Amino acid sequence: MTMDLLKGVSNCLGPLVVASGEFRGDVTVEVPKARIAEVLARLRDDPNLAYDFLVDLFGVDNLDLYEKAAKPKKKTEGEGDAAEEPKPAGPPPPRFEVIYLLLSLSTNRRLHVKVRVPEDDLSVPSVTGLWKAATWPEREVYDMFGIRFPGHPDLRRLLMWDEFPAHPLRKDYPLEGRGEERILRYE
Amino acid sequence: MVNECVVNAGHSTGDYVTINIGPSHPAMHGTLRVIAQTDGETVVKADPEIGYLHRGVEKLGEHLTYHQFIPITDRLNYCSAIANNVSYEMAVEKLMGLEVPEKAQLIRVIMTELARIADHQVLVGILGVDLGAFTPFFYLIIQREEIYEIFEWYNGARLTNTFGRIGGVEADLPDDFDARWRELRPNLFKAIDETDKLLTHNRIWMDRTIGVTAFSPEDALAWGFTGPCLRACGVKRDLRKDEPYGLYDRFTFDVPIGKNGDVFDRYMIRMKEMEESIKIIDQAYAMYQEMAPDAPLMAKVPKVIKPPVGEVYHATEAPNGELGFFIKSDGSDKPYRIKIRPPCYMVYQAFPELVKGEMIADLIACLSSLNVIAGELDR
Repeated sequence: MTMDLLKGVSNCLGPLVVASGEFRGDVTVEVPKARIAEVLARLRDDPNLAYDFLVDLFGVDNLDLYEKAAKPKKKTEGEGDAAEEPKPAGPPPPRFEVIYLLLSLSTNRRLHVKVRVPEDDLSVPSVTGLWKAATWPEREVYDMFGIRFPGHPDLRRLLMWDEFPAHPLRKDYPLEGRGEERILRYE
Repeated sequence: MVNECVVNAGHSTGDYVTINIGPSHPAMHGTLRVIAQTDGETVVKADPEIGYLHRGVEKLGEHLTYHQFIPITDRLNYCSAIANNVSYEMAVEKLMGLEVPEKAQLIRVIMTELARIADHQVLVGILGVDLGAFTPFFYLIIQREEIYEIFEWYNGARLTNTFGRIGGVEADLPDDFDARWRELRPNLFKAIDETDKLLTHNRIWMDRTIGVTAFSPEDALAWGFTGPCLRACGVKRDLRKDEPYGLYDRFTFDVPIGKNGDVFDRYMIRMKEMEESIKIIDQAYAMYQEMAPDAPLMAKVPKVIKPPVGEVYHATEAPNGELGFFIKSDGSDKPYRIKIRPPCYMVYQAFPELVKGEMIADLIACLSSLNVIAGELDR
């Protein structure tokens, strides 16, 4: 079934699929970040796929993932095929990812669409025009990772307060914080 | 910044009054805050401000082992902690590729459905209180207390249960579950029935709820609604039926749907779902009784949980809607990234749309009927 799904997705998207993988039945396709809105619109409007429901979108910071993966060679590999993390041959892959979880209400199939966001260009086109459901999740990604979403109607911080100086879900932000609550003064 | 956006409401004549409700206000459940701009008693614009209960649960998850994170999931939707525990455990089991024994799954179904009933009882009770009907609250809360007795006597905790383990459950149902359930079951029906008599056809109740903050199914889907709020709009979608997980494909139950997506429909869906949950518990308990007493309760799980490299998303139907856990593993004993998809987060972001043009008192009714729980909203 997952093979059918991958085939259908690659038929629909053609060369836009940079990489694809499957793990425990979850299918992930990676697409170029500049064209994410177009990709999601195509997946939504394709009559066979009909991914018409945006479940969620969120960011992932892979700061130390590749270093960790490169080090322990003698460790036995897990059974996972790990299609999404091939060993870096050249320069390491971009630091951040934004993952979109899609669902088709008619076929109950799910698809993960992934874009990679390099550290020097922290922006992904907004998909709020396709689904209003992306409004708060995009604000949260901006809040937690500092990734901007051009085209978003109201890109403010969501969970942290407006003056908060960092992006707390980044891997280089310490768990105990940097004492922001003591530095900042409230009016 | 917030105030600026409220003031620039567009067609302003300058006569609007900005009202700040919350974050510490008896009608705002938990620590929610809404900045509403009103024209007389009509809401022109409402801007919800969230994050007052943000505890960094996702960040915390990256620093805890897989088992240590289970108690943290209790603190998401604290009205039905067991549903969160089970949802998280199933996500880790999917990541590990574990097969959970049938008896453990039956115990999970029984407990999750009890938690669903408790959650819906709180919602209906509080909705009544917010609209000035105090009595149904007591009828429901007394029975919720009985459900909590069962939880307490199963694992010692009432509210934050930390139910189950990765790969199964820690203990069998106690011996006198049968007697307790026999006693509780008719009382649950009685409480639902009494509440129904007091509220459903009550003139005041109908006036306050029917047609209030109605929502179309197209809008609801575009905003990412799931669960009772989506079903109230007339979309028949329930993960227990559409993407059956656990043993849910073996039970027969109905998925009640509404028509208008207003406060009344959201209330009715909850009332009917409680009865469906009782049906599911009956069937699950009958299946449980047929199992051998020494049937296994845990899958073969290693002492230290080290899942293979990979990422999974698993969603279950929590009382509020689709509760999903995305877990990315780097092969170590701690998750690399945990993302929680709380159901009320998506529902609450449509709040400005829902209450636009409604009365300020209906804003409270709407908030109450959406069942926004700050714990899972802010994480």
